[in-house]
Amino acid sequence: MKNTISHRVADFLKNFPPFNFLHHLELEKLSEQISIIYKDKDSVIFAENDATHDSFYVVHKGAVALKKNLKNAVLDMCDEGDIFGLRPLLAQENYIMEARAYEETILYAIPIAVFKPYALENRHIGNFLIESYASNTKNPYSDIHKNKLYGDFIGEEPSRSDQELFDLQPVKYSKKIVTCGPSTTAKEIAKILTKKKVGAILIVDEMLPIGIITDKDLRNKIVSGDYPITTTAETIMTKPVITYSKKMTVTEAQMAMMKSNISYLCLTKDGTVNTKAVGILSKHDLMVALGNNPAVLIKALKRTTKVKEIKPIRARIMQLLQGYLDQNIPMTLISKIITELNDACITRVIEMSLEKMSSPPPAKFAWLALGSQGRSEQMLHTDQDNAIVYENVSEVFRDETQAYFRKFAAHVNKGLFTIGYDYCPAEMMASNPKWCLSLDEWKTQIEYWITNHGKNEVLLSFIFFDFSVTYGDSETANQLSDFIFEKLKANPIFYVHLVSGALQSPSPTGFFRQFLVEQDGANKDQFDIKRRALMPLTDAARVLILSHSVKSISNTAERFEKLAELEPQNSELYLSCSYSFKALLKFRTKQGLLHHDSGQFIALESLSKMEKIKLKRTFKTIKELQELISVRFNVSNLV
Amino acid sequence: MSLLKPFFNFWKKEDDNLFDENISIEETRFVVLDTETTGFDYENDRILCIGALVLQNGSIAIPESFEMYIEQDHYDKSTAQIHGILKDFILKRPSESEALQQFLAFLGDSVIIAHHTVFDVTMINKALERNGLPILENKTLDTAYLYKKTLIESHLFERKDHYSLDDLADKFDISKKDRHTALGDAYITAIAFLKIVKKLKEKKEVNLNSLFKL
Repeated sequence: MKNTISHRVADFLKNFPPFNFLHHLELEKLSEQISIIYKDKDSVIFAENDATHDSFYVVHKGAVALKKNLKNAVLDMCDEGDIFGLRPLLAQENYIMEARAYEETILYAIPIAVFKPYALENRHIGNFLIESYASNTKNPYSDIHKNKLYGDFIGEEPSRSDQELFDLQPVKYSKKIVTCGPSTTAKEIAKILTKKKVGAILIVDEMLPIGIITDKDLRNKIVSGDYPITTTAETIMTKPVITYSKKMTVTEAQMAMMKSNISYLCLTKDGTVNTKAVGILSKHDLMVALGNNPAVLIKALKRTTKVKEIKPIRARIMQLLQGYLDQNIPMTLISKIITELNDACITRVIEMSLEKMSSPPPAKFAWLALGSQGRSEQMLHTDQDNAIVYENVSEVFRDETQAYFRKFAAHVNKGLFTIGYDYCPAEMMASNPKWCLSLDEWKTQIEYWITNHGKNEVLLSFIFFDFSVTYGDSETANQLSDFIFEKLKANPIFYVHLVSGALQSPSPTGFFRQFLVEQDGANKDQFDIKRRALMPLTDAARVLILSHSVKSISNTAERFEKLAELEPQNSELYLSCSYSFKALLKFRTKQGLLHHDSGQFIALESLSKMEKIKLKRTFKTIKELQELISVRFNVSNLV
Repeated sequence: MSLLKPFFNFWKKEDDNLFDENISIEETRFVVLDTETTGFDYENDRILCIGALVLQNGSIAIPESFEMYIEQDHYDKSTAQIHGILKDFILKRPSESEALQQFLAFLGDSVIIAHHTVFDVTMINKALERNGLPILENKTLDTAYLYKKTLIESHLFERKDHYSLDDLADKFDISKKDRHTALGDAYITAIAFLKIVKKLKEKKEVNLNSLFKL
C-alpha cells in the first residue's frame, strides 16, 4: 500500500546507490515493503555467526559499526545511506561480523525477497553490487562485506583502526574536477581557483586532460611578471599531465607524487591521457587520508561547505585524542590542542550559520561558550552550553536586533547538534531568549544574580561566570567580565554563597573510604566522576580566582596554577589540585572514549587496583581544598 | 492483618487494569495514530483522514500501516490550509462507517499512542458513536505528556505547558517533511515516542506499566 511513509522512505533512498538506479515507481514499490527500525546506541543488529535475517539494512540516521568480535576493532562504519548486511544474504551464509549501533540509529530493513529481482533485472544495480565487492579485492578485508561505493565521499571515511593495512586501500579522490579550456586566461583561472577553493585546475580539450595549472604555476609564471595576466592556459600550463588509474592505492599515490615531485595527480578512466579525467587527487587529500594531525584537520575544516561535513572531522579529532592519550602526552597540551580543534569546529558552524542569514549582523556580538567548554575542559561530545552577548542598540532597533540574533543562534545550535553536541537539557543555549541578550540586558541579569543570592542564582552564575569567547567581538565580552568583578567587589557576601554552592557537591567517598556510587537510574552502581570529583575542584577554583579578580583564566588547572603563584603559602595544595584535576580529566576522557560517551559515569569494577588508588589520592586533595575555602570565606556563619 | 485485607484488595483491583509486570515495552503492539479533522469541535467537526502505524520491538513495518481518507459532508475551508485535503479529493473515499470498521480491525487491543491523545481519541469516539459502533477501550499513551516527563526538573528552566509535535520533532531531530498529513504525523510521533522512552530509561528503569504511572 502506497502511503506517506513509503514516500518518505523512497525520497531518502533515491539519493543513494544502488537505489538511485531504480525508476521512481519501482522505488516507491520497494519502499512499501520496508520496515523502519529504531536502535539504541550500542544495541546489536546482528551478531557474528548469526543466521541471516530476511532483510538487509540501510542506515537512515545515525551510524552502525561493523566489527569482528575477535579483535573488537571497528572494521567499517556505516553512515547515512550506507548499506550493510547484504552480502551474506546474497551468498547465503551466516553473518561474518557483528553490526552494532554506534549511536542512536534508525534503519530501513529491506526484505531481500523484494530486492533480489531488481538486482537481477537491473544491470546498473547488479554492476554496482559487483563493483562494490570487487573494488575491495585489494583490500585486506575483502572477506568482509564492505558495501561502500568507493570514491563516494572524499575524506569521509571515519575510524580507520588498522593503520598499516590502510595504506593499501584504494585512494579517495575528489570527483568534482575543476576544469577549463586551453584558451582561458590566467586571470580567469585565478578567479576560478579562488571561488572553488582549490589549488589546481585541469585544462581539458574535449574532456581529455591536456595540462594542469596549479597555484605554483601562477606564482612562478604570472606573479613573477614573466607573462601577463591575459596569457592563455595553453601557454602556462604544465604538460603533459601525469595521469594514473583511479584504482591506485594510497601508497601508490604517495610514491607517484614523490617520484615526480608534484602535488596533484590526475586520475583518468584507464590511467592514460587518452581517456576521460575522473578525478583529481591532491597532496592534501592524501594527507587527510593518511593521518590525523591538527594542521591537516584545521585545513580540512576550512574546506567544509556544509555542517554535515564537519561531523567526520570531529570523529578524526576524537581519534587524535585517543592517540595522544595512548602516547601519554601531557594533559595540559592535549586539552589545549583538542579544545583548539573543537573550537575551530564550532567557529566553522558559526561562520556557516552567518552565511545562512540574509544580512550581516546588525550589531557587534560575541558567541560565548559556557561551563566546561568555556573552561576549555570539554574534549568529548557533551551538551552544548552557550550564549550570545551583543552590543547595545538604540531602542528603535531593539526588537529587530533581538530577532536577528535569535534566528542566528537557532542555526548555530542546530548545526552544533548535527556535529554531535547534544542540546542542553536545561536550554542554556543562545537560541533561548534568556541567553541571547544585549550587553545592558546581561548586566541587569548579572546584577540580579549577584544581589539575589538564592540557590538558582548561584548555580546560574557558576555556569555563566566561566564563559569564554568562541567567536566574535571580545571587547563586548570584556566589558561583561569587568562588570562582574565590579559587582562582586560591591557584594562580598556573594562569595559566601558561591562557596557554599561549591561545597554542595556530593562526597566522593563514604565513611569507610569506599567509593560512593549512584543509587538509581541508568547509571546505578557507577561512580559519578563529574559531580563527585571534578566539580568540587572547578567550583572552588572559580570562587578563589574571582576573589583575586583574575580575569580571563577560565581553565580550572590553570586557575590553580595562578593561585599557587598568588598565594605562595598554599602553593603546594594548589599545585596538587591542578595535578589532581588534570589526572581526573584524563581519567574521564579515557573512559568516555572507551565507551563512546561523556565519561561521566565509571563502572568501578572495570578499574584496576592502581587506578582506584590514583582516584582516591585525588579525593584527599579535594577535601583539603574544601576545608580551605570553607574557613577562608567563613561559610559556617551562614549555614 | 484482617483489617488490612480490604485495603489490600482494593489496591489489587486497581492493578488488574494494568498489564502484567512482565510485559516489556518491546513486546507490546502499539498503534501510533493521528487524525486530520475539519476542526477542533468534537460535536461539529469531522475526521478527514486517519493515519496509523504499528510499532513493535522498535520497528515500524510500512506494509502494516494504515492511511485512510474519509468521505465527509462537513467541510471547513479554513482548515484545508493546514492539512491540504480538498473536498473533491475526499469524495472518492470510503464512508465514515466503513473506514472506522477497517480501523477498528487494524487497531485490535493495541495500546494507542498519539500526540495530545485526548483529541484524536475523542474525535474517533464521537465518530464511532455516530455510526453506532462501540467506543475505544484501548489503553492510551500521550507523547505530549510523556515528553514533559523527560525534562529535567529545575527551577532554572521553565517548562512550557504545551509541547507541540513541531517542538518534539525539533528536539529529536526528526524531519518535518510530512507534517500535517495523518500518517506523517503518526510517524513523527512514533519516533518521538521511541526517543522519549530512551530518555526515560536514562533516568530509571522503565517498563510498560510504569509508562502509565508517570
